[in-house]
Amino acid sequence: MASDPASRSRLLDLYRMMRRIRAFEDAAEVASQGGVAAWGLAASAKPALVRGPLHLSTGQEAVAAGVCGNLVREDLLTSTHRGHGHTLAKGADPVRMMCELFGRASGYNKGKGGSMHIADFSVGMLGANGVVAAGIPIATGAAHALKIRGLPHLVACFFGDGAANRGPFLEGLNWAQVYRLPVLFVCEDNRISATTPTASMTAGEGVSARARALAIPGQRVDGNDVEAVDTLARQYAAEIRAGGGPRLIHAVTYRFKGHVSVDPGTYRDPGEVQAALADDPLLRARARLQALGAAAADLDAIDAAAKAEIDHALAVAEAAPWPEPAAAYEDIMDTAAGVWR
Amino acid sequence: MNAPLPSSATPAVQALSYAQAAQLALEQAMERDARIVALGEDLGRGGVFGQYRGLQQRFGAGRVIDTPISESNIMGAAVGMALAGLRPVVEMRVIDFALCAMDEIVNQAAKNRFMFGGQGRVPLVARLPIGIWSASAAQHSQSLESWFTHLPGLVVAAPASPQDNFGLLKAALECGDPVVYLEHKELWGQTGPVDTGQAVALGRARTLCSGSELTVVTWSRGVDACLQALDAPELQGASIELIDLRTLWPWDQAAVFESAARTGRLLVVHEAVQVSGFGAEVAAAAAEATGCRVARLGAPRIPVGYAPVLEAESRLSAAKVALAARRALDLR
Repeated sequence: MASDPASRSRLLDLYRMMRRIRAFEDAAEVASQGGVAAWGLAASAKPALVRGPLHLSTGQEAVAAGVCGNLVREDLLTSTHRGHGHTLAKGADPVRMMCELFGRASGYNKGKGGSMHIADFSVGMLGANGVVAAGIPIATGAAHALKIRGLPHLVACFFGDGAANRGPFLEGLNWAQVYRLPVLFVCEDNRISATTPTASMTAGEGVSARARALAIPGQRVDGNDVEAVDTLARQYAAEIRAGGGPRLIHAVTYRFKGHVSVDPGTYRDPGEVQAALADDPLLRARARLQALGAAAADLDAIDAAAKAEIDHALAVAEAAPWPEPAAAYEDIMDTAAGVWR
Repeated sequence: MNAPLPSSATPAVQALSYAQAAQLALEQAMERDARIVALGEDLGRGGVFGQYRGLQQRFGAGRVIDTPISESNIMGAAVGMALAGLRPVVEMRVIDFALCAMDEIVNQAAKNRFMFGGQGRVPLVARLPIGIWSASAAQHSQSLESWFTHLPGLVVAAPASPQDNFGLLKAALECGDPVVYLEHKELWGQTGPVDTGQAVALGRARTLCSGSELTVVTWSRGVDACLQALDAPELQGASIELIDLRTLWPWDQAAVFESAARTGRLLVVHEAVQVSGFGAEVAAAAAEATGCRVARLGAPRIPVGYAPVLEAESRLSAAKVALAARRALDLR
């Protein structure tokens, strides 16, 4: 199977998506420097283009690409505060995403949400969320609606390793299993909860074991191996679509950057970081593609195209207009619209 | 032509309890709109207070959904259902339990539309029964309406009569914004005429009696206490106007300001703790707008106690309202 042209073509698609996510994250990171005061650093005098907390998924691209490669547009998705990759992989336009990060009127949320609330409802991406685990109950409800409405789609519910220690994780997994709902739970385990190693404060055998305790099939997978994620997601998505109820993927990966973009992450063991960088999911996918016969020039062209696409997004976003102040009073309520005090 | 009439086809005006009025409003709405679902604990058995009686038998367990005791997920699932095309009605048993779902109400339901730039809407109705009832002590007796009036993105309604529980619930079910719907537990059994053809708009107060010397504004269970006080010997001869707000956000500022400007005196009465209660907002806004004198009557800032003498310290009564009204009128 290793030289199967179909598998090479699929891996090329996954690699292209991962490269687009990496290019987006790298560009957003640069645009955010000095944008928020934290970790003992002062905000710079000149406001950054991306202000506020920017949670980067650099290093975690294989999870977003591998899972979302098995979704269709009508499938729904809930995400975390670290949600750029999920949003791109679900089909969002990086130009409108970057405009949102820049706070511009042409962003997906009209500049009202920023990075932490990135969303594109038109492709079923129901939003990143500033509260850990908050997407889990929302995902179960969206799946419940799909079932009630007799629709054949599923909901992909991304959450981090820290979320497994919040109550809504238990409530949501139980709910999904009780009603046999079409939810693909994806624990994107980057091994650190903000700045504290998750293992040091998580009891038991891990998130898959917690799922299995509720009779939800769940497996651990190497989250830096995009083919492995893709294979497991394909199997689980098919089982869910066949009416099998929820499934859980525990994808173990690593967060290359700090908790937010201005966090240098100095609390981590440098050896651990070096080992993780050597295990870069993009380098692994590239090596695998070359082993499958892909030409280095073709892969370089993918990399260049991704960078060009994001450079264009940056240019459009920087030139895009700010929202009008009046927009602060719109999209709140229809009832009593105009009555703000 | 000979098709059976729906079970809720009933005379236009009938005597119903506050609980039955809400049941009928929901039943009629569910008949008309297949997107409306209800979810919460013990709904198949009619709900703790009978306000869902017969609905699961009528519409099936797929639409009137018995849930685990998982308040966060009940409310969060309702947000997800709303985003995916349904119009959920959330049952929380008592408002005190909704505190387990505050993230889902405050950060998710109330913020969704704005935060995502209007991409989605959350047309849900969260029924959070309030109030002192049946010696239920500190964790089953609270009136927390001011927690929710404080939050942009939410409508807050608090019906005081069977007619309004019918009309306001219907209006809430048709509202596209998240509605926090506060039924008072002590009113469930109260019976009154309900005209099913009479609409009640959100944001409109009702004036129960007219007067020229003092405006009393109240809502929910406060209406009964005020009506009793107006009949008390201590207030005979006083000309008092009584307004039931019915909706707390948006509240009927026009009606209150017009009345307060005319009487020059305003007393706001509610069962909730007075400190930081919604009465403070009504009083301040009316004073700013009209220059009227203002006074408030709410509960002391103490948890509701179990023993009758302790609970009574937190309860509204006709005597407390009458005393507050006499003070507002400078009567000794």
